[in-house]
Amino acid sequence: MKQSIRFSAPLAAVIVMFAAAASAQTAGKLTLYCSPQIEWCQLVIKEFQKATGIKVAMTRKSSGETFAQINAERKNPKGDVWWGGTGDPHLQAAEEGLTVMYKSPMLGKLHPWAQNQAKTSGYKTVGIYMGALGFGYNTKLLAKKGLPAPKCWKDLTKPIYKGEVQIASPHSSGTSYTTLATIVQLFGEDEGFKFLQALHKNINQYTKSGSAPIKAAARGETTIGITFLHDVVTQVIKGMPIKAVAPCEGTGFEIGSMSIIKGARNLANAKKWVDWALSPGAQKLMPKARAYQVPSNASVAPPPEAPKMADIKLINYNFKKYGSSAERKRLLKRWDKEVKALPR
Amino acid sequence: MNKTVALWLAVGWAGYAVLPWYAIDDGFFGFAWFGGFPASIDSAPATLQVMDHGRAWLLPIGLALVAPLAVLWRGGDKPWAATVLMTAGGFGLAYTLAQGFAIGLGGWGFGFIESAFGELSDRQFGMGYGAVLVFGAFLFFLTQGMAKRGAINGDVFVVGSIGLVIALIAAFILFPVASILISAVQDNDENFAPALFFIKLLSRDIWGLDCLTSRLTCGIAWNSLLMATLVGAGTTMLGLAFALIATRTGFRAKKILRVLTVLPIVTPPFVIGLAVILLFGRSGVVNTFLEWAFDIEPTRWIYGLPGIWLAQMLAFTPIAFLVLIGVVEGISPSMEEAGLTLRADNWRVFTTVSLPLMRPGLANAFLLGFIESLADFGNPLVLGGEYDVLSTSIFFAIVGALVDQGRAAVLAFVLLAFTLSAFYAQRRWLGRKSYATITGKGDAGLHVRLPRRLTWTIYAAALPWAALTAVIYCMIMFGGFVETWGFDHSFTLRHYIEAFSIETGRYGLVWSGAAWNSFWTTLEIAAISAPLTAGIGLLAAYILVRQRFVGKDAFEFGTMLSFAIPGTVIGIGYILAFNVPPIEITGTGIILVICFVFRNMPVGVRAGIAAMSQIDKSLDEASLTLGATSFTTLRKVVMPLLRPAIVAALVFGFVRAMTAISAVIFLVSANYDMATSYILGRVENADYGLAISYSSVLIVVMLAAIILIQRVVGTRRLSRRDGQQFGLEGSAA
Repeated sequence: MKQSIRFSAPLAAVIVMFAAAASAQTAGKLTLYCSPQIEWCQLVIKEFQKATGIKVAMTRKSSGETFAQINAERKNPKGDVWWGGTGDPHLQAAEEGLTVMYKSPMLGKLHPWAQNQAKTSGYKTVGIYMGALGFGYNTKLLAKKGLPAPKCWKDLTKPIYKGEVQIASPHSSGTSYTTLATIVQLFGEDEGFKFLQALHKNINQYTKSGSAPIKAAARGETTIGITFLHDVVTQVIKGMPIKAVAPCEGTGFEIGSMSIIKGARNLANAKKWVDWALSPGAQKLMPKARAYQVPSNASVAPPPEAPKMADIKLINYNFKKYGSSAERKRLLKRWDKEVKALPR
Repeated sequence: MNKTVALWLAVGWAGYAVLPWYAIDDGFFGFAWFGGFPASIDSAPATLQVMDHGRAWLLPIGLALVAPLAVLWRGGDKPWAATVLMTAGGFGLAYTLAQGFAIGLGGWGFGFIESAFGELSDRQFGMGYGAVLVFGAFLFFLTQGMAKRGAINGDVFVVGSIGLVIALIAAFILFPVASILISAVQDNDENFAPALFFIKLLSRDIWGLDCLTSRLTCGIAWNSLLMATLVGAGTTMLGLAFALIATRTGFRAKKILRVLTVLPIVTPPFVIGLAVILLFGRSGVVNTFLEWAFDIEPTRWIYGLPGIWLAQMLAFTPIAFLVLIGVVEGISPSMEEAGLTLRADNWRVFTTVSLPLMRPGLANAFLLGFIESLADFGNPLVLGGEYDVLSTSIFFAIVGALVDQGRAAVLAFVLLAFTLSAFYAQRRWLGRKSYATITGKGDAGLHVRLPRRLTWTIYAAALPWAALTAVIYCMIMFGGFVETWGFDHSFTLRHYIEAFSIETGRYGLVWSGAAWNSFWTTLEIAAISAPLTAGIGLLAAYILVRQRFVGKDAFEFGTMLSFAIPGTVIGIGYILAFNVPPIEITGTGIILVICFVFRNMPVGVRAGIAAMSQIDKSLDEASLTLGATSFTTLRKVVMPLLRPAIVAALVFGFVRAMTAISAVIFLVSANYDMATSYILGRVENADYGLAISYSSVLIVVMLAAIILIQRVVGTRRLSRRDGQQFGLEGSAA
């Protein structure tokens, strides 16, 4: 017994020294997987480096791609923090144990929906911004065709818009799945599917990427595109002939989230990032990077260009239920059978 | 013989006793590890790992390195020497691999070993340069032993090359591909579930034939097959037309034509698709004009098969052209002259002599077009509409709203099956005939003039196409200089300044543009991978055409495998296989280089095979009879005749490394960001101006690189009378 202590004491000392040396080496590093647009990624990183002196190595990929990457790397994780991107894959990562719990001291300063996102995931992720669903239309095309401006979800099913509406496929796009789940929660499941069947007749194309419909509308390839309103606003700000519409019946929303990856090599810095990213200083940067979502820190006012939340009726979106893999599979299957399989 | 053994023994010992055995965290060439070398556990060579750090499992590797010493000492050409070499090499390879997989990051790599031996307190990281050298040594002991035994007439170089190519294919194609395809027979929790495989495979959305009976779409497998066949046939015919114009006609603007045919392969993804939309989309130039002039209601006809076909034809015709031009111009004029002497007319000579002799080229061009089309991802994504194909479905099975790696693997299987069938159909069609017309005999003939109606046909096919390409590229170049492409066409340099600005700071030049970082990385990775791609590809082609050995067909398929698999599958496969020891290379530049080399090698192989099957074997035999080794023969006889193929492989290797996207998405890392992934990010955000100005710069860089490659490699000189003709051949642009 005594002998083993004699042996293990220096050993422990060596280990501590090694650990100290190792942590000293990595004190200034953070590997970030970033999912929003690259300008925003680069801007926050620059500001974070200024604020903390920690050097950030960033890779930008869409949220679906990042989820696939973290999943594939799970045996030997390479990233520390996954910042941004729609909330569903973050919840999925939490469900599959790819991310770790962290309760930031900033948590109390956030909007309830952001805190709720954290609670739903067992504090493995947290909301950083919110964006509501809606649609946008090309004003020039609409005028040329002499069509009335659509105001509600139900307007989109009117036969006059046949072949004029575009939305992503819920299989390939998280945005479109959010729309599917929103419709189901808004109208009830059976009524919701009836709506989707009627909408199906007006759809000219189910695109692959979620924001493609509004880009197509901006280029005049379709008249109406269904997507997140902040993506619509981006086009408006660029000077495209686009008008954003928050549907009159109410609408669903996404919570852009961030998570710390399980097995992060720079855990302490990852926590620093999370705390900083939830701070007012970081969240004020959004409009500078042309990001028009609503920031999650309650003390930061949404950018003036952002869709006015007061004008938008938000539904009580059930992220836990509609974010789970089982429900997702079931709804998509039903959509395939009852909507996609219909002729137009 | 013993010299080579000694050489590889020295290499093996250098790897075992001098260089760090494990991979260095901050990169070997950072040389930060030098500080702790050789005592530190991270940088110690294997010998010290055994002695000082208690990693006894590395000891048998050293023993296997001792055995070949006996051969050097008194083996000579004794029969037992071969056995010793083979045993040492074979055991060394097997054991080094086994220990690498058995002991991983968390101790034992497999549960059953842990239950047999109890928990292991130690662990090991990915293999480093030391291990790589030792691997090389073992590999060549094995192949030298086999050569001594009489394999391939005892030709050490050939056996060694076969061994090297097989080892590389196994490590960097089969292993990662298997890592992901295995999920086809697993459920989402990695349990073995073979029944799921058949359920997923026989699904209606893959094989459904609803489009024949109703207005619904057909299965994605049929969609892909139809698309690939149309594109393969189209690119081959158009490629042939361009090749004939370039080599057999007096067309004046050949140089412009060359540039136009080459431009599409030097174009980053998405750009062609976007240009096609601006031209033919609902609000595109063509539709707007038709509406203005003839009051035709604009439609969305471009989205779907027509759009994909158009964009892929633009993108892949140059590949067919590159393969065909070497073949078309390599056909011996004497055969055609013989036909004329026998009083056949031009048309008859062309259809019964020239065309049949082009078969290897036609078959290879079709195969490449077919496979490229199947694996293409960018164009179906932008222009596909609802015409779903395998490559995009695989991508969204992995990154979509419903993650299902098993479905991706099943779809990849279907895609592979198509490729395999095309591959065998091609072999059947070529048969066992000989297409060799470049022989050592006098060959000073003139190519027969093309029949007149054929000349007009190929002009009619190729010139409008060239015009379309020209229009599209003008639009692309133009897009970088306007505020918002397709909308606000006021002139600006804003995008170029944002991407490529250079400022002078306190410490000299500051590369402050947003694109510089990924630009330099891309250039570096492409410059490293191109020669490797060409070298390994042509070596494999040489082995395939000139040597006979057991398992050659499997070998050939192995070389084609990575090309046939969609980039997304390769990308995820590479992460699954290479993110954990023994080969841990994710996040480095090495993984990008390796990925490009093995993904693009097939083009080198195909071009090499097509060109080499025209060169008569008697040339090699003459060289060998005169006492040259097979290596000298390859270098001095075959290589100079292969220049067009070398140019094709180098150009393709370089260009693809700069334009590939689907595999790269998963392999880029913070320090190694690639241009295409940066452009994709900008396109996703509808930042077309910057994406297009960046693409334009890349196009210019690649064109410069192609010209440079041609200058360096030079052209093939066939002694033919017509001086006008051999000056041009083999030049790709």
